[in-house]
Amino acid sequence: MDKFRMIFQFFQSNQESFMNGICGIMALASTQMYSAFDFNCPCLPHYNLAYGLGILLVPPFILFLLGFVLNNNISMLAEEWRRPRGRRGKDAAVLRYMCCSMAQRAMIAPVVWLAVTLLDGKCITCAFCTLVPLESLGNASHPHLSQGEVQRVLARIPCKEIYNGQQLIANEVAVRYLRCISQALGWCFVLLMTTLAFLVRSLRPCFSQAAFLKSRYWSHYIDIERKLFDETCAEHARSFAKVCIQQFFEGMSTDLEAAHRHLPKKAPADAGEAVEKLLGITDQGTMNMALKSWHRCKPPLHLHPPAQPTGNGWAGEGQPPTHPSAPRKETAAYYSWV
Amino acid sequence: MDRFRMIFQYFQSNSESVMNGICGLLALASVKMYTSLDFSCPCLPQYNMAYGLGIMFVPPIILFLCGLILNRQALVMLEEWRRPAGRRKKDPAVIRYMCSSIMQRAMVAPVVWIIVTLLDGKCLICAFSGSMDPQKFVGFANVSTEQVQQLLAKVPCKDDELMRNSTSRKAVSRYLRCCSQALGWSILLILIIAAFLARWLRPCFNQATLLQARHWSNYIDIEQKIFEETCCEHSRLFAHKCILHFFESMQQEIRLHRFSLPREGEEAEGEEGPLQGITDQDQVNKLLKTWYYEKPPLDVS
Repeated sequence: MDKFRMIFQFFQSNQESFMNGICGIMALASTQMYSAFDFNCPCLPHYNLAYGLGILLVPPFILFLLGFVLNNNISMLAEEWRRPRGRRGKDAAVLRYMCCSMAQRAMIAPVVWLAVTLLDGKCITCAFCTLVPLESLGNASHPHLSQGEVQRVLARIPCKEIYNGQQLIANEVAVRYLRCISQALGWCFVLLMTTLAFLVRSLRPCFSQAAFLKSRYWSHYIDIERKLFDETCAEHARSFAKVCIQQFFEGMSTDLEAAHRHLPKKAPADAGEAVEKLLGITDQGTMNMALKSWHRCKPPLHLHPPAQPTGNGWAGEGQPPTHPSAPRKETAAYYSWV
Repeated sequence: MDRFRMIFQYFQSNSESVMNGICGLLALASVKMYTSLDFSCPCLPQYNMAYGLGIMFVPPIILFLCGLILNRQALVMLEEWRRPAGRRKKDPAVIRYMCSSIMQRAMVAPVVWIIVTLLDGKCLICAFSGSMDPQKFVGFANVSTEQVQQLLAKVPCKDDELMRNSTSRKAVSRYLRCCSQALGWSILLILIIAAFLARWLRPCFNQATLLQARHWSNYIDIEQKIFEETCCEHSRLFAHKCILHFFESMQQEIRLHRFSLPREGEEAEGEEGPLQGITDQDQVNKLLKTWYYEKPPLDVS
């Protein structure tokens, strides 16, 4: 009982800690991805915004979907949602609980990506460099340029090597300004997410604790039931296969005995376990024939009840025709060669 | 029984040491976050103060909330606080004890952040360079008020072309860093003295109440864990019974359909025990189909 409880607790904690582990690994992977990514701002007026916002928003979406894909429980949720009602009602609260807990775990890696991107500042600098307020930050004396020219010059702010607008606005001033805005956005975003998580976690016990306990129990139950059913089916398949194969070999051995009536009968007294295990197949030729027969003509998936020793008509009827006449002819042909 | 007791003791000590471990990890994470943060002061008159104070105070709030979220005991305390009294009275001393221990642990990482920030000095230089008195520094004394604000705001940026070799900038920077470090060390000293006094003087006051509160808060924690374990065990047994019932009912259905065969003896059943009477491809298919389309009711009476 103790061992049972220990193993079960490990199992239970293992499933959740396994999911949390995957969550953490994905968050680390997203920071690693960001640092390994070679950010290349195009430094052209309209492309900057598209590139910057694309890098900011597309990878989080991918990470979110990946979080769902890597979660084993998604198929369980889908199955529970789509199954016919049958004799067991469906509880919407359980489905909601499962969906929420999966979505929460899948959201962590995208939030980490967004936070790291905003705190680093390159994306926002690239995307919004053309919107820098020239009146407050620009130099007092600047050449009068057309709007398009100004946009083109400002778009080159992220690329220091080709920047040619020092008279318009100093590069460092603009970069510092944009980075400051980006970091402020980043910290506000992280604060918002943390506050949201805190509220969700702390308000739950205040409001619907009993309903929560119920949903959690039944969602674990569905998971365990599915696993146990798979295990039971696997056990059944094993026993089925064993009996099927045993009957196949018995059938083969009956055939051989019928073909070899002149061979001395094996003494039942010294039929040891090893001989029993051989199931009447004791030489290479017979084995080859058994294998060929297994491949060409598998027995039907129907386990007949064990044949009676007395020639009962009913027993014969119960026995399925495992071997059509063709292999029998082959048997005769083979032995006629010898 | 001995093994059970050993596991139990490990369990009990484990909960507190897990909490302490998380606390330490968060403190390390806050130092790491600070060192990897790319601090870039905007060097503009109105933005400096907002940025500097923001960097100094917003991450500690985030770390505090994280400390509360990651602490399992916080949930247990909330549940204990909000539960209906039922047949078990609520003890406010226990709840207060749990609350104070949670808060103490959650405050470690924010305090570490603030102290590291102050000892490093960049935040304070950024935030307060604009509020310095220009008359005290030679380089800024004879400049018009408009320009002096701009110049003072640029002090944190060493690489700015105007400020690169300015001795007054270095003077302002040194002054502010000195103030910042003094503040940092003083706060650290005060906190350590306070912690020392609290721990030293605690046994002088209310020791018995404290022991009781600590015992019952541990108890509530352990009770919660055991309840969850028991629920898991129960659901496993429930599932097992449910599936067995399901297989038996399939067997019965099959027997009903096979009424032509006179010999449904116990021998056949006994020999194919693990097969539970399902010995045919069609029967297995029917079983799987029934499992999907008509799950058995949740009732194993």
